[in-house]
Amino acid sequence: MILVWLILILLLGGGLAWLGERWGSKMPGWISVAVLAFDLVLVAGIWVVSEPSLALTGAQDQSWNFDFEVPWIARFGINFHLAMDGLSLLLVALTVFLGMMAVASSWTEITERVGFFHFNLLWTLAGVLGVFLALDLFLFFFFWEMMIIPMFLLIAIWGHENRIYAAIKFFLFTQVTSLLMLAAILGLVYARFRTTGTFSFDYSDLLNLELEPTLAVWLMLGFFIAFVTKLPGVPFHTWLPDAHTQAPTAGSVILAGVLLKTGAYGLLRFVIPLFPDAAQSFAPVAMTLGVVSILYGAHLAFAQNDMKRLVAYTSISHMGFILVGIFAWNEWALQGAVMTMLAHGISSAALFIIAGALQERMHTRDMRRMGGLWAEVPRLAAIALFFSIAALGMPGLGNFIGEFLVLIGAYQADVTMTVLAALGLIAAPVYSLILVQKVFHAEPREPHRLWDFGRREMTVMGFMIVAMVWMGVYPQSMLDLSAPVLDNLDQLVRFRN
Amino acid sequence: MTPESLLALLPIISSATASIVVMLGIAVRRSHRQTVNLTLLGLIATLATLPVVCGSLPVQATPLIIMDSFSVLFIALILITGIVVTLLCRSYFAGLESENEELYLLLLTAILGAVVLVSSRHFAALFLGLETLSVSLFAMIAYTVRSDFSLEAGVKYLILSGISSSFLLFGSALIYAEFGSLVFSDMLNAAGVSDWSPVTAVGLSMVVVGLAFKLSLVPFHLWTSDVYQGAPAPVTAFVATVSKGAVFALLLRYFADANVFQHYPVHLVVSLLAMASILAGNFLALKQDDLKRLLAYSSIAHMGYLLIPFVAGVSLGKEVVIESLSFYLVAYFITTLGAFGMISVMTNGANEMTDIADYRGLFWKRPCSALLLTAILLSLAGIPLTAGFIAKFYIFYAGVQAALWPLIFVLVIGSGIGLYYYLRVIVAMMDEPQPLKYAEEPLGAFLALTGLGALLIIIGVYPAPLSDLIYQIARTLGV
Repeated sequence: MILVWLILILLLGGGLAWLGERWGSKMPGWISVAVLAFDLVLVAGIWVVSEPSLALTGAQDQSWNFDFEVPWIARFGINFHLAMDGLSLLLVALTVFLGMMAVASSWTEITERVGFFHFNLLWTLAGVLGVFLALDLFLFFFFWEMMIIPMFLLIAIWGHENRIYAAIKFFLFTQVTSLLMLAAILGLVYARFRTTGTFSFDYSDLLNLELEPTLAVWLMLGFFIAFVTKLPGVPFHTWLPDAHTQAPTAGSVILAGVLLKTGAYGLLRFVIPLFPDAAQSFAPVAMTLGVVSILYGAHLAFAQNDMKRLVAYTSISHMGFILVGIFAWNEWALQGAVMTMLAHGISSAALFIIAGALQERMHTRDMRRMGGLWAEVPRLAAIALFFSIAALGMPGLGNFIGEFLVLIGAYQADVTMTVLAALGLIAAPVYSLILVQKVFHAEPREPHRLWDFGRREMTVMGFMIVAMVWMGVYPQSMLDLSAPVLDNLDQLVRFRN
Repeated sequence: MTPESLLALLPIISSATASIVVMLGIAVRRSHRQTVNLTLLGLIATLATLPVVCGSLPVQATPLIIMDSFSVLFIALILITGIVVTLLCRSYFAGLESENEELYLLLLTAILGAVVLVSSRHFAALFLGLETLSVSLFAMIAYTVRSDFSLEAGVKYLILSGISSSFLLFGSALIYAEFGSLVFSDMLNAAGVSDWSPVTAVGLSMVVVGLAFKLSLVPFHLWTSDVYQGAPAPVTAFVATVSKGAVFALLLRYFADANVFQHYPVHLVVSLLAMASILAGNFLALKQDDLKRLLAYSSIAHMGYLLIPFVAGVSLGKEVVIESLSFYLVAYFITTLGAFGMISVMTNGANEMTDIADYRGLFWKRPCSALLLTAILLSLAGIPLTAGFIAKFYIFYAGVQAALWPLIFVLVIGSGIGLYYYLRVIVAMMDEPQPLKYAEEPLGAFLALTGLGALLIIIGVYPAPLSDLIYQIARTLGV
């Protein structure tokens, strides 16, 4: 039941925030903070209670730690089934944490229609939580779609100059590919129906089906395309730079921090366990796509003048590591993929908050008009340097752990791919440092009168720095949570061989 | 005629009585308000007969008419739509000069025709019902006769509808020549599906062509956008829902009774019609700036989606087809009625707000209306939380089960395109407000629309009661 409350609180809070606008323009923000704080307490409670080894999921053991199931659409055997294991817990925690950061970082940025803004923000987060918790494929799809609409509105209403184009592009890409996934889900359910005679959308029922190899490949592709579009991986990535650039800060934070992770989560939770054979035969293609994403994303990031666009392309590059890690498919690589998800969630969100803060101050994202800002805004600049270094994979910070583990794991799977992927580690400092150099160090181009980070922003950044360092120096606390889940995936492949 | 069958005919008798009463009422005193009230009373009385009828289903009353749970479902749908349309007409025509009372008479006769249509099991009843419906519609479409568009639309509909009726007649004559019976199910009893003669095939395809005109399937869709645009908005709501829905229900019964699903050429033709309608409807909707025309083309696409379960009927049982189509039609009725209802409610005097630009900034001036319209558009696009999503799920379910991958692919493409133009409208509503005066929402009609919107969400979030009901109905009709 606690899992339902996690989502319900956000939904109700969203409604309340919308109404709350009448009681003052800051009211919706406070309501959101309260609601998210409440969720955060719940998540922390779950984390503490379930230690030390929350998990036991996947193919072999079906005892989920938190489980909620009621019939929903009996005709098709659809249940409202939520459950949580270590992997979901980590991602839920990330979602709620970043939700809080997003609210705090857009405190002064959003001045119009504040209530509706927070409504959309909270509903997006609710949809994302649903995605991470749903264990019924229909319910999963339901949440998968539900999180898109408020996100679309966030971009379309509070976005920047080219927002309509970006919002529609975002919606179309995700929607069309998710319809492919719907067809694949139904194909899978029907394949089971033919052997058992009953409908079920439940995850555990659909595991370990004996599928015809060709059918399995097609169904797997339906899921894969939907998830890789969300991830995004080349060649389905073109919506991302536009959406990120045009979204308001909070939108970018949620988009980069958690929405992209739903794609990776889908690959881990559904593509590999549901279609182990097909996924295995497809792994070389997927890894190639990952490597291409790493290098191509990094290459394009280097060429951007728009600060948010640059960060967006680095996201594509980092997500490539996740793709490689998932399809390298051994314990090291899978752990690395999960760590990268978490670390990138924090680091990219922080960079978007910084870009948003600069835009709020300078009304531009164009790095050619910046330069020499270090003297003007030293605190902001130092924090930007910190997160740029985190993003490039400095040891001691979260991203390093993730990418390092991915590369170790991938090396055991495919040496050539790993060597190519490792080139991404060379590209990363280039684009990360060029950002710092252009914005903060170069000769000032224009006279500016800026204000530095205030107390609110420093608090936000403080939390994120702590999270980043924690991941870097004590990743074991998270690895422990996800290990049992990933262990199952790993066994799946050994079992097959 | 036994008392039992008389009882079963109650809905038809009641709606016929209602139209006579309204006619006499107009003759005695010409009052808009009184006519509206009489019409509502008649519709509600007819609706009240349905529980009575439900007691002893199915009943075959006369060789022409069958009352079963399927017909009752659609009669209920038609009557509720009729009530909402009456409410819409009340506010829409209250502001217009000239005599508007006869419109309600026409509405009632059209409903009578539709009720007969959904419960017919015989070509004679089919034709009677269809003509009663269509003849009333000509006049309804052209009712605001001083506006050029309306007249044009009426004449266009008259001519094309006449042609399609003649196709239908000729087709049924050919089928009669072959089987010696006009009862749908006799086609099946007379001979196996596999050895149908060419005459039957030609007859059947003419019937399909005749009905395709009514359903505005591509390539018989040319009248749709003009008629939708020209007719007064409440009438458009009626044309889009009742007239199409009733014809579809009839087609469903005909195909189920005669088991036409199994006939390969028909199957091929229907899948081509479906693909053409989905693609053409969606592509043509892309370029529209007029909301009514946009919805007209999108309705063509929706009719295409509806054909997918038909095609799936080849390899699946009738139950699946009936089930998925009925659910889709229920959702389609609610959504389409809501969409045109919103346009009708937004009407400012004699000017309909049909340009998408008129809706710019609606969200900030009329949040309730805009939210409602957003929900409706999202439902048309098939986004979760709305009935349209569950309906589309049913279509996918039928298509995937029958392994119709090309059609599924076309459906995905079509939905993607569809999303774009629905989003255009939503985005326009989110835009900066413009200095345009919107009419005050009329209370009765707006409440009805809010009810529809609530229904849309309820079905979208908790479809179990409706899906169970429809599952039961499909099973009884299937055997």
